[in-house]
Amino acid sequence: MNVQAPNRRQACVALAGLGIVGAASAAADPFEGDPFKSHPWPDMRREFLGRDARVRFDGRVKVTGPAFAEDPMNVPITVSAQGIAGVQRIVVLVDRNPIRKVLEYVPLGALPIVGFRFKLEQASPVRAAALTSDGVWHVGGTWVDSAGGGCTVSGVTRKDGSWAQTLMQANARLFAGSPAVGDHGARLRLRVMHPMDTGLVAGVPAFYVSRLAVLDAQGRELLRLNTFEPVSENPVFSFDFPQRPQGALRLVGVDNNGNRVEARIE
Amino acid sequence: MNARVVSGLLRWCCAVAVAVGAASSAAQGGGRVDAARGDYGLAARALAPGVYVVEGANADFSPANGCNIINTGFIVTGAGVVVVNTGPSRRYGEQLRALIARTTSEPVVQVVHLNLHPDYFLGNQAFADVPRLATPATAEGMQREAKAYEDNLYRLCGDWMKGTEAVLPNAVLPLGTVRIGQRELEIRELRGHTDSDAVLIDRTSGVVFAGGLVFSQRIPTTPHAQIGQWLASLDVLAGVPFEVLVPSHGPVRADGEAIAMTRRYLQWIDRSFRDAAERGLDMGEVLRLDLPGEFRGWAAVETEFVRNVAHLYPRYEQAVLLPAKR
Repeated sequence: MNVQAPNRRQACVALAGLGIVGAASAAADPFEGDPFKSHPWPDMRREFLGRDARVRFDGRVKVTGPAFAEDPMNVPITVSAQGIAGVQRIVVLVDRNPIRKVLEYVPLGALPIVGFRFKLEQASPVRAAALTSDGVWHVGGTWVDSAGGGCTVSGVTRKDGSWAQTLMQANARLFAGSPAVGDHGARLRLRVMHPMDTGLVAGVPAFYVSRLAVLDAQGRELLRLNTFEPVSENPVFSFDFPQRPQGALRLVGVDNNGNRVEARIE
Repeated sequence: MNARVVSGLLRWCCAVAVAVGAASSAAQGGGRVDAARGDYGLAARALAPGVYVVEGANADFSPANGCNIINTGFIVTGAGVVVVNTGPSRRYGEQLRALIARTTSEPVVQVVHLNLHPDYFLGNQAFADVPRLATPATAEGMQREAKAYEDNLYRLCGDWMKGTEAVLPNAVLPLGTVRIGQRELEIRELRGHTDSDAVLIDRTSGVVFAGGLVFSQRIPTTPHAQIGQWLASLDVLAGVPFEVLVPSHGPVRADGEAIAMTRRYLQWIDRSFRDAAERGLDMGEVLRLDLPGEFRGWAAVETEFVRNVAHLYPRYEQAVLLPAKR
C-alpha cells in the first residue's frame, strides 16, 4: 500500500472557490479580501505586486492543481487567465513556501496559460496574479495540501550526481492543436534538465534556471518565462498558442550561474 | 520555514475530514473499529480449514478505519502458524497476534512479507521473536523506505501509530515449494506492482495470497509500479489454479475476476496516459481525465488516481518529447 491523504482537501477547495470572486477593497479586512484568509498575503502583495498595487480577486484567473500533493517535489499546476483580455504578465506565488515566487510569465504571442510543476514545502494557497494593461492585478488561486518537505530536500539528480551530465539539455515538442483552446491552436511542451536547487539544503547553494524564452524563425520572442528556485527539478512546461507558429522555433535560456541553453525545437 | 499559522480554513477542513472519514468507513466495512480504545476489531474468517483472512476496510488510509485497509492472513500448518503480512502499526501487529492465539493453540513460527509497502510489515514489533521472511529486494526496499513510511503513517493515522517502529525482515524468503507440517506452501516471486511481488500459494487448500499484484474493486496503488511487468505477472497469476484468491486490498474472491479488474485498470492507464502524452496534455490536465464508470465505483478512486498520475505520467510524457539540439 502506498501512503496517502484523506479526503479533506476536496472540501478545502470547495470553500476556497466560494470566495474567489470579490472586491479586495474592504479596508477593515486584515486579509485584504483574500478568500483564503491567509496571513502572509498582505505582505506578499506589497512585496511581489507593489505597495500601491490594485488587486482584484478574480475567478477568471483559474489555478488548477491536485487537492493533495502526492509528490511535494512535483506539484502539477495549470494557470489560465484566458477569460481576461490584455494580460501582460502572470506571477505565480505560494504563501507558505520559504521561497514564494515560483515563476513570472510574459505570454507575448502566446496565450495567458501555463502548465508547470513546483516544489511545495507545506499545505498552502497557490496563487496566480495576472496583470492587465490597466494596471490591475487579477488574482486567483487554489489550495494544495501536502505532507511537506518539497523545498528542503535534494532532487534525484542532485542526490545521485547525474545532473552534471545532462545540465541544460532540452526536450520539446510542438503539438498540433491545444488541449486548452482546441484544434486551431497549438501547444508547446518543453523540458530543460536542471537540478533546480533551492539553496535550502545544507551545503547546496541555490542553482536554478532563471530565464527561458521561445523565439520564432525571425528571432522574435513568442514568450518569456522567468523561473525561480521552487520550480521542480528538470522542469516541464506547457504553453499554448492561438495559432500554430510558422517555421522552426528556438529555445534560449540561462541559469543563475550563467549556463545557457540554445536549441532548435523540432 | 516561517511559523505556521493555522487558519480558520485549515481547522474547518480538518473537521470536515473527520466527518467524511467516519461516513466512508461505516459504508465500506472492515473490522468494528473502536478509535477510543485503539481497537481495530480484527476478525479471522476461515477460507479453508486452517486458512484465515483478516480483512481490512476497502478504502484509503484514514484515522476512521485505523489505517487498516489491508487483508492479512495466517495459515495453521500442524507445525505452527505462518503469518502473511503484519499490518500497518505496532498495535495492529499486537492485535493480530492476539487474534491468532485466540484462534489456534499452535505457536507462530514465521512471518512472510509479500512486498515492501508499509502495511505489510509495520506490525512486526509483535513478531520480533520469530523469523520474518522477505525476498532480498523487498527487505532492501523496506530498509530504504522505512523512515518515510513511519512519518507518513503517523501523519495520516495519528494515534493509531503510537509506539510503531519499523522492525525489518531477518531471513530470506525461499522461492519454490516447502512443506511445513501438513501444508505444502509455494512462494513465487513476480514483479510490477513493486520490484518484488511475492505470491503465497497454499497448495493444500488452494488458497492464494496474491499480495499487491491484485486489487479487488479498489484503485491500484503505484508508487513502485512498472505497468508492463505488472501485466505480465497478472498473466502468470491467471494461470495458477486456485480455490480462493486473497488480494491485499479489496474483497476476497473465489474466481479470477479481481485479476481481470486489475488488468483492465492497468491497461486503461497505459492506453490513456500514452494517448494524453501524444496529445500534449500537461500533468494537471491528466488529473482531470474522465475515468470509465467501472473504475469510478471502486474504493479510493478520488485519492488514488491522483497518485497514479503523479507516479506514472512523467514516463509517458518524456517518451514523446524530442531532443532539442543546437
